[in-house]
Amino acid sequence: MDETTDTETRASKRPPMAFYFVQFLTGLASAASLFLVASGLSIIFGVTRIVNFAHGAFYMLGAYVAFTLTERFSGALGFWGGIVVAALVVAVVGVIVEMVLLRRIYHAPELFQLLATFGLTLMVEDLVVLIWGPDDLLGRRAPGFKGAVDFFGQNIPTYDLFLIAISPIVLGGLWLLFQRTRWGVLVRAATQDRDMVAALGVNQKWLFTSVFALGVFLAALGGALQIPRDAVHHALDLRIIVDVFVVVVIGGLGSIIGAFVAAVLVSELNAFGILIFPKISIILVFLVMAVVLIVRPWGLFGKPEAAARRTPGLTVNPWRPLTTNERWLAMAGLAVAAMLPLFAGNYALTVGSEIAIFVIFAASLHFLMSVGGLASFGHAAYFGLGAYGVAFLAKMAGLPMIVSLLVGPLLGLVGAAIFGFFAVQLSGVYFAMLTLAFAQIVWSIAFQWVTVTGGDNGILGVWPEKWAAGPASFYWLSLGVAAIAVAILRVIVFSPFGFALRATRDSLLRSEAIGIDGKRVQWTAFVIAGTVAGFAGSLFAYLKGSVFPDSLGISLSVDALVMVLLGGVETVSGAVVGAIVFKALNIWLVSQTDLSKLVLGGFVVLIVVAFPKGIVGVLETIRNRRKSSSSESSSKSSLATSRIETAE
Amino acid sequence: MSMVPTLLSVENLSKSYGGVHAVRSVSFALRAGEILALIGPNGAGKSTCFDMLNGQNTPDSGRINLLGEDTVGKKPRQVWRLGVGRTFQITATFPTMTVRENVQVALVSYGRQLFNLWGSTASYAREEAGRLLDLVGMGAYAGRPCGELAYGDLKRLELAIALANQPKLLLMDEPTAGMAPRERIELMRLTAQIAREKSIGVLFTEHDMDVVFEHADRILVLNRGSLIAEGTPEQVRGNPQVRAIYLGEGLVYDSRHREGAGA
Repeated sequence: MDETTDTETRASKRPPMAFYFVQFLTGLASAASLFLVASGLSIIFGVTRIVNFAHGAFYMLGAYVAFTLTERFSGALGFWGGIVVAALVVAVVGVIVEMVLLRRIYHAPELFQLLATFGLTLMVEDLVVLIWGPDDLLGRRAPGFKGAVDFFGQNIPTYDLFLIAISPIVLGGLWLLFQRTRWGVLVRAATQDRDMVAALGVNQKWLFTSVFALGVFLAALGGALQIPRDAVHHALDLRIIVDVFVVVVIGGLGSIIGAFVAAVLVSELNAFGILIFPKISIILVFLVMAVVLIVRPWGLFGKPEAAARRTPGLTVNPWRPLTTNERWLAMAGLAVAAMLPLFAGNYALTVGSEIAIFVIFAASLHFLMSVGGLASFGHAAYFGLGAYGVAFLAKMAGLPMIVSLLVGPLLGLVGAAIFGFFAVQLSGVYFAMLTLAFAQIVWSIAFQWVTVTGGDNGILGVWPEKWAAGPASFYWLSLGVAAIAVAILRVIVFSPFGFALRATRDSLLRSEAIGIDGKRVQWTAFVIAGTVAGFAGSLFAYLKGSVFPDSLGISLSVDALVMVLLGGVETVSGAVVGAIVFKALNIWLVSQTDLSKLVLGGFVVLIVVAFPKGIVGVLETIRNRRKSSSSESSSKSSLATSRIETAE
Repeated sequence: MSMVPTLLSVENLSKSYGGVHAVRSVSFALRAGEILALIGPNGAGKSTCFDMLNGQNTPDSGRINLLGEDTVGKKPRQVWRLGVGRTFQITATFPTMTVRENVQVALVSYGRQLFNLWGSTASYAREEAGRLLDLVGMGAYAGRPCGELAYGDLKRLELAIALANQPKLLLMDEPTAGMAPRERIELMRLTAQIAREKSIGVLFTEHDMDVVFEHADRILVLNRGSLIAEGTPEQVRGNPQVRAIYLGEGLVYDSRHREGAGA
């Protein structure tokens, strides 16, 4: 134990206690920006009930703007002036975003809010590359905090000490702000009951805007303060937002003190986790989060959500299975799709296979979201696990393709069973944050555990056997699996289990009162969705002949969400259409522009604001409207509206 | 009367929140086919009592015996499996399903088919669902989306759902709240009729004294968490303490009064 691990070369001449103490201080210093971002997220959530996914993007913008200000304008502002002005500038950007975008979606289901702010994140990622370039930027050191303090032979950067002091100062400042000012009282009142505050004549619009500005200011300050410590790059946003989600899940969303305690906890776990599991330090954080979720599902300092808000899917007309005619139509569509190899070239067939695979993936998420009301933001985890499962079996165990294809997805099943168990303990935004965090954990393991997964280099040479190797045969294979998967999922939707799942989504109170164990039903649905996603992933591994950590990545999870949304979240099988349109568009877009994230993000925002019912949803609305106007003149039915506002 | 089995017996049930005794040492019993009303002013502890019987809340002390089983610590769904139907003060149904499907889900659960992934729900116990809907007068609405129903119809649908597991006991929390006066009387008449026919025990809370005094066989009066009176409608009506605390002196609740004023 005393000749500890292989961490540093200077390890030999230090007294162990001092080393651990310094490690502890490093953890505290990293907690600073985590706390700033998490508290901003919590404050915004408390009042507006929006989980601002773009918070990581504001953090990153804070760092970039601070870099420019301290490099170019340090004469006018000085270093510290640059930091503060950067946070203010980003706060102004936040105000614009709030006024232009968020005000339109305050009453939308939370899934749409998460997606819109995620779309924003994607746009910002491309924008910062456009403005500041793709390379890492190294900021200058903070004047007065350039050196290090010697502690029993260990160096402690003085800037770390400064950061350690920042968190309690900000915490105290926020406390004063909320306890001692009129504005703070209004914010606390709105956190408890925003309708009542509105009824008392408070201008809610400006209250929301100012709260959002404060939250964004804190995030940007967190980013700006990091520049003397860390390089600025365009992936900062996702890195911080996942950590922040973990922090607010542990600390409790809406609680500032919870954000503080959890930020310290998570940072210390990271600091010491590296010593215990040097390769997969994130495991430790995950274990702690799992324990907290079991003991206190709403976090250490959080409160149970009063009334769950409406989940997507609640405005649907009752679903029904396909009529005989529609079934024939679907078969005909499938037959037409199966004839593609007769007139299409190899490239088109490969694209066709990819689209078919994504139909499976999107359909699995759609099942979870529309039937289960559970919007997973990390569904790619199970897709990727299926892909890795196949790669392990085919490459390392050398199993035949058909066996690998059937057994590989079981890795997705196992992953879904483990993570799903914890995820279904929560609902709504907590569920979304948790699934995202889980996916990121799986991604980190794939990325860091190089000896098993090959890390960034992935696993290569996962080629299909001869019978499926030709583009046409692989296309038929993918198409066949897609047809079977979609059909099976539809059968489940209309099975007793499907109704039990919908019952849990519609009314937890009523379903419990008729003997339905909602958590078990949802867990089962999660496992089903994860397994089907695993099948998509296993086909994908054979299509590409390789597996990379990207197959588990956030952007793939979001692609799936967009496919579901585009098809129509309130439909039975809209994701099929959504996947075809989105994937075709995406493949074309990537070949046309370097700014695909910008376009994609803008597209997401546009759908949420202008087109929330999706393609199939709109078609159904039109058809139903025609039907109802011809059969009876009742215009009272709810389908006249295409808005997504919830009745509150 | 003594031959009729006891469905539910509650002994010394207590629950407090901080220093507030929401329910203090409440004891009562309910027999099969009996309609028992739990009344009292706001904050008397009716809902807390109800939630403890249903498994939504756990008592600090005391015993609840339901059909021979101790239910303290059991979850609502486990209590339901013992044969308890429940309706809520604010209706809880499945708005995205049709009226018939609402009942079918309950029947699916009763038939322990919840994890059946392959069957067709549309044909599952369709006739039984239709019978239950006819029973509450909702047969004509079976194909309607539940989200389109008027509030009174939702209450009747809830009753049909609550009857799906062939309950021995119905727990109804303010069954007529939010309904028009005529609907109230109709719904309670229907409930009482079904209860008598099937020998179901009914425990309900209610603020409408017309409903209570017309339909309850016995009445329990709660005040500040304690049971202050128990008896037939006549006994409770005549109880001076109940008058002072709850009913007031100026009003006379009896069936003549209601019919004179109503029709």
